[in-house]
Amino acid sequence: MADTRPGAMSRIIRWIDYRLPFIQALNHELNEYPTPRNLNYWWNFGSLSGIMLVVMIATGVFLAMQYTPSSEAAFDSVERIMRDVNYGWLVRYAHSSGASMFFAIVYIHLFRGLYYGSYKQPREFLWILGVIILILMIATAFMGYVLPWGQMSYWAATVITNLFSAIPLIGQNIVTFLWGGFTVGDPTLHRFYALHYLLPFIIVAVVGLHLIALHRFGSNNPLGIDTKRPQDTIPFHPYYTIKDLFGLAVFLLIYAYFVFYAPNSLLAADNYIPANPMQTPNHIVPEWYLLPYYAILRAVPNKLLGVIMAFGSIFLLFIVPWLDTSPVRSARFRPVYKWVFWLLVIDVIALGWVGANPPEGLVVTVGQIATLYYFVHFLILFPVIGKLERPKPLPASIATAVLQTGGARLGGAGAPLAKS
Amino acid sequence: MRKPVLAALALLLLALTPPPASAEETPSPPHQQWSFEGIFGTYDRAAAQRGFQVYKEVCSACHPVKHLYFRDLADLGYSEDEVKAIASTYQVTNEQPNDQGQMFQRPARPSDPIPGPFPNDQAARAANNGALPPDLSMIVKARDGGPDYVFGILTGYKDPPAGFNLLTGMNYNEYFPGHQIAMPPPLADNAVTYADGTSATVPQMAHDVVTFLAWAAEPNLEPRHRTGFKVVLFLIVTAGVFYAAKRKIWAAVH
Repeated sequence: MADTRPGAMSRIIRWIDYRLPFIQALNHELNEYPTPRNLNYWWNFGSLSGIMLVVMIATGVFLAMQYTPSSEAAFDSVERIMRDVNYGWLVRYAHSSGASMFFAIVYIHLFRGLYYGSYKQPREFLWILGVIILILMIATAFMGYVLPWGQMSYWAATVITNLFSAIPLIGQNIVTFLWGGFTVGDPTLHRFYALHYLLPFIIVAVVGLHLIALHRFGSNNPLGIDTKRPQDTIPFHPYYTIKDLFGLAVFLLIYAYFVFYAPNSLLAADNYIPANPMQTPNHIVPEWYLLPYYAILRAVPNKLLGVIMAFGSIFLLFIVPWLDTSPVRSARFRPVYKWVFWLLVIDVIALGWVGANPPEGLVVTVGQIATLYYFVHFLILFPVIGKLERPKPLPASIATAVLQTGGARLGGAGAPLAKS
Repeated sequence: MRKPVLAALALLLLALTPPPASAEETPSPPHQQWSFEGIFGTYDRAAAQRGFQVYKEVCSACHPVKHLYFRDLADLGYSEDEVKAIASTYQVTNEQPNDQGQMFQRPARPSDPIPGPFPNDQAARAANNGALPPDLSMIVKARDGGPDYVFGILTGYKDPPAGFNLLTGMNYNEYFPGHQIAMPPPLADNAVTYADGTSATVPQMAHDVVTFLAWAAEPNLEPRHRTGFKVVLFLIVTAGVFYAAKRKIWAAVH
């Protein structure tokens, strides 16, 4: 391992670092940063989502160089990128499939937090910042989906912006204000483009805060207990840099499969038809990552209530740290919550299925039950289980727990840790 | 947490399958063999050239291919001179007026888009009983079912079942949603004469023209497949190297 103590730095770097302690900060936060030694592969998804954010911004900037945000030219300019711009097809498919990958990673990241109680004291603010990132991502993805100005773009924009018309009294005025006109049109596309370019950088800023909050107390871990002694942690580099890199390579394989071999499997065929305000598609369906919210929206017969519940299903996440009354973080030691967690996973997948299908017959019933369960899960089961459940005994420390499972090979483990 | 993960994955797969279609709904067209399927898929050049002939002699009477340029045809194996020759059989309006300020017609060049049959949508509707023949340059991507669907439409014309209320001017098609399609059966046996001697049956022509249209919709499929193969190989090796490094680095801590 290279010696990265300040004393070993070259004189120039030392000169700069004395005035701008940037290298020192990087060293502190990315190199020697003490990390629980027992993180499993579910902890890869945090760094993966950060990398995806960079990929989306990078591909997005190149797309923006060729894209024309007017209702007359948008559709054709996307096709020009696909056909005539060098590697335009690659950049566009990397961006369009990348959105799906980004959401898949972030959802896994979110559910990991729910399973291991990563939102609990003292990481409440870390969690809240994560929910803010999710909301910003949804807004960004929605506006990005409108930009190709295909049929689904146009009608998704119409349906989603119309949700605001459910607001009593001023609803219709708000919608007109959002559109910049009396229908979704050229001004709508222009402003969505501007915002679609702006929001990712706001996400970057919130991610920065998310990281500051994370590094305040360090990562949670699968045992959900605090790191107490130096033996509980290992330096981030090289242990987690290499683990994250391996995870990244595996993830990129999946990503590459979609970009190169199934780029249109995640896109609606209708979006290759130019936007036509005179013709509504048979089924207006959002992208897969928004289907559960869409299902909740449609599960309620009343429009205003449906809108409130769809938005509420996300805003509910803000108060999760206070809804969960259990003193134990990790579901590993929570015999009841462990199973209820998987019920929520099944519930959200069911909502996704409901959102993807036309609301008839069984789909409606499943949608209403799944919506009800979603809110019961957070508002009732979370506080009640926390109170009634008898958690299993927690291990004394991370190091002892790892010792028990790791066996005799741990003899030499203390050596690299003694330094920190 | 492994078992529940598998269960959740299985559920996810289940969720991705659409609910069974009821009997009265449109049947999904049967799957055909396409040269461009799979990770090594390429466009069958001979089929695509025959398909271009079918498009040119049959489909182009009503349907444009707005996003195709004559120069794109070089991709299908036509030489530069052949592309020029094909282009010069079309008349297009020059983008700029001449020195007298008059717009003028000239033979098309490879750099021109392939002109459509109608100057605008209204003219297209007026000539087609009010129906608008869709642009075909993206049709294979723009319909669920892709090439199989387009093939199904081209070969799915039938006599309507007894009691079916077919509107005047409409045609019965097994695979069209609602079965009422404004397009009359476009293909008949020997509608074109293939230069390579291939027998021009309706399924043969349909298969050829769908190959051409699939290329028109996704002209970069071949470089995509080739690049993808290299990228995946590279990533498999990289993942292996990282995994070995991870095992070695972590050996002391586990």
